[in-house]
Amino acid sequence: MAMLSFEKKYRVRGGTLVGGDLFDFWVGPFYVGFFGVTSVFFATLGTLLIIWGAAIGPTWNVWRINIAPPDLSYGLMMAPLTEGGLWQIITICAIGAFVSWALRQVEISRKLGIGLHVPFAFAFAILAYVTLVVIRPVLMGAWGHGFPYGIFSHLDWVSNVGYQYLHFHYNPAHMLAITFFFTNALALALHGSLILSMVNPREGEPVKTSEHENTFFRDFIGYSIGALAIHRLGLFLAINAGFWSAVCIVLSGPFWTRGWPEWWNWWLQLPFWS
Amino acid sequence: MKMLNGKTLALAAVGVAALITGCEAPPPEVVQNGYRGLGMQTNYNTDRLQASLDANVPPEPIPAATPGGPMAKDVYKNVQVLGELTVAEFNRLMVALTNWVAPEEGCYYCHVNEGFEYDGIYTKVVSRRMIQMTQTTNANWKDHVADTGVTCYTCHRGKPVPEYVWTSDPGPGQPSMIAPTGQNVAAKSVAYASLPYDPFTPYLLQDNDIRVIGETVLPQGNRSSIKQAEWSYGLMMHMSSALGVNCTYCHNSRSFYSWDQSAPARTTAWYAIRHVREMNNDYVVPLSEIIPASRKGPLGDVYKIYCTTCHQGAYKPLYGAKMLKDYPSLAQPLPEGGLEAVKAGKKAEDTTEQQQAKAEQAEAPAPAPAQEQPAQEAAAPAAPEAEPAAAPAEAAPAEAAPPEQSTEPAASAGPRLRYPPPSMMQYPPAPLQYPPAPAQR
Repeated sequence: MAMLSFEKKYRVRGGTLVGGDLFDFWVGPFYVGFFGVTSVFFATLGTLLIIWGAAIGPTWNVWRINIAPPDLSYGLMMAPLTEGGLWQIITICAIGAFVSWALRQVEISRKLGIGLHVPFAFAFAILAYVTLVVIRPVLMGAWGHGFPYGIFSHLDWVSNVGYQYLHFHYNPAHMLAITFFFTNALALALHGSLILSMVNPREGEPVKTSEHENTFFRDFIGYSIGALAIHRLGLFLAINAGFWSAVCIVLSGPFWTRGWPEWWNWWLQLPFWS
Repeated sequence: MKMLNGKTLALAAVGVAALITGCEAPPPEVVQNGYRGLGMQTNYNTDRLQASLDANVPPEPIPAATPGGPMAKDVYKNVQVLGELTVAEFNRLMVALTNWVAPEEGCYYCHVNEGFEYDGIYTKVVSRRMIQMTQTTNANWKDHVADTGVTCYTCHRGKPVPEYVWTSDPGPGQPSMIAPTGQNVAAKSVAYASLPYDPFTPYLLQDNDIRVIGETVLPQGNRSSIKQAEWSYGLMMHMSSALGVNCTYCHNSRSFYSWDQSAPARTTAWYAIRHVREMNNDYVVPLSEIIPASRKGPLGDVYKIYCTTCHQGAYKPLYGAKMLKDYPSLAQPLPEGGLEAVKAGKKAEDTTEQQQAKAEQAEAPAPAPAQEQPAQEAAAPAAPEAEPAAAPAEAAPAEAAPPEQSTEPAASAGPRLRYPPPSMMQYPPAPLQYPPAPAQR
């Protein structure tokens, strides 16, 4: 792939965490690094294992392929490959790939001398996944509490786990997570449309800049958060969405076994209005 | 800035503290109800489960009565229901009944100065009807109570009026301009959700249709509304909290209505709803005339039965303790000749059944037993791994509703396009496990 004229300037040696100069090279547009190698290794192995799991399973229908975790009776031990062991190895591969991907972002950031905001943000996505398949299962005492890998089957899991707590919408952390997801979408829509409106002025007029952006929002809602802070806000909303998703599921089971509506009884029991 | 940080920290600390005190400690006790990874399971907090196990222990049985002797009907006056018992068995039952229902009040709770045969006090008339209800339940509703059966103690637990009963709920007071909605309070009856707080009147007294999901892919005439669904949801919330389980104890939530994806427990629940309805309509409500106002709700209707009345937070009342076997006089309406006649009848039935079974084996295998076998096989390996702290695990297959029944309620569906297609996921049959039986003590 052709390299852009200025790109060479940024292809500098160094900044690696592991492996020194050994993997410090590019393949086409992609930086490799030690963690590029591990990313590819884990991703490939995991994908092949999923395909193998499908091959020994009852269907090739992509919607219905299901790699399920072990029975709860296996606890935190390894299970036989065809009875959930495959799920366990695929989980290791997935975490290996995700963490490698984040560390590769770290290496690239170090190379460029920029902040680590990108891997920090991505770490929350990894946290949410690890919460689902490691932290919560360990707290509940069995790998079988992880979600199955399959398009329909993981939806069934989500639905059933929600109904284990009678009415999941009463989960306070779930409420927060949903609110952050929606607010995140709102903020991105407002920001994206605002920027596009600045670069698409009326026929014959010059492209507008931040003064127009700020003025629009001051006219509109009395306040403009500003060009830099909108990105701070966006990152805050997005990270919180992932974070509270992880919290809402790690509470359900390990720290709360009853219906979520009942959790709110602390409110009813507060002495000064009941 | 420093101030702000301090305040933020304090606020966060308060938040974390609230979370910790408001929640439970891991790990929970979990029972898998479905295929691995399907998420059908019952979650118990170990402390709460232990408290529930301790609270649901049956009393020691009274030593069996010596056999033989005259019949109660010949010795006592006005014995309408238990007359076919021997005097010894009759008196033994009366003692048990007193211990179960009125341990503090004693015999005089039902029998007064005018003589033991005197029917002028409502408690005696009600007791007689309740004994009949118990007998009918144990004889006719085995689909619900199995051979475990029920006794007076199942509901009464040493109290003249069972602790958990319901009356039609007029709801909280409303400003005069606002029509009552029947919902939107954190009602205990529906596990503290905002759902309609009296789902009992429409479903456990009247027989309104609980099912609201359409059976077809496209809306072909299903006029059920979301509001109706909320009433169904309310009843289901009650059933869940009454049994200490959650929705996935009976349902695979990917398709609540379809019987072929549900756990066998759902069949039991289907019969249970009809059973409770019958008890309320045939036994409890007809007693309204003689029951005093102090035993009635704000709308003047008598205390009625719902799931909590017997279950009291356990998936099986008293965690499946078999009390009835010690009190055979409550197992069925007593025929002429009393318990001896019952025994003789049972023996005759067993032999004919055995003969029938032999005959069936000799001929072509009937479809029903063929279906039963895999279910039993699936449950068998699951039994030893039931619970770490488990006392002897129960034999699940015998208790679980037989699989051929599960198709029965759905059988009325015609050849219309079913939603979803029944075999969408093809999960292997779910091994059904139950929490441990209470430890012997």
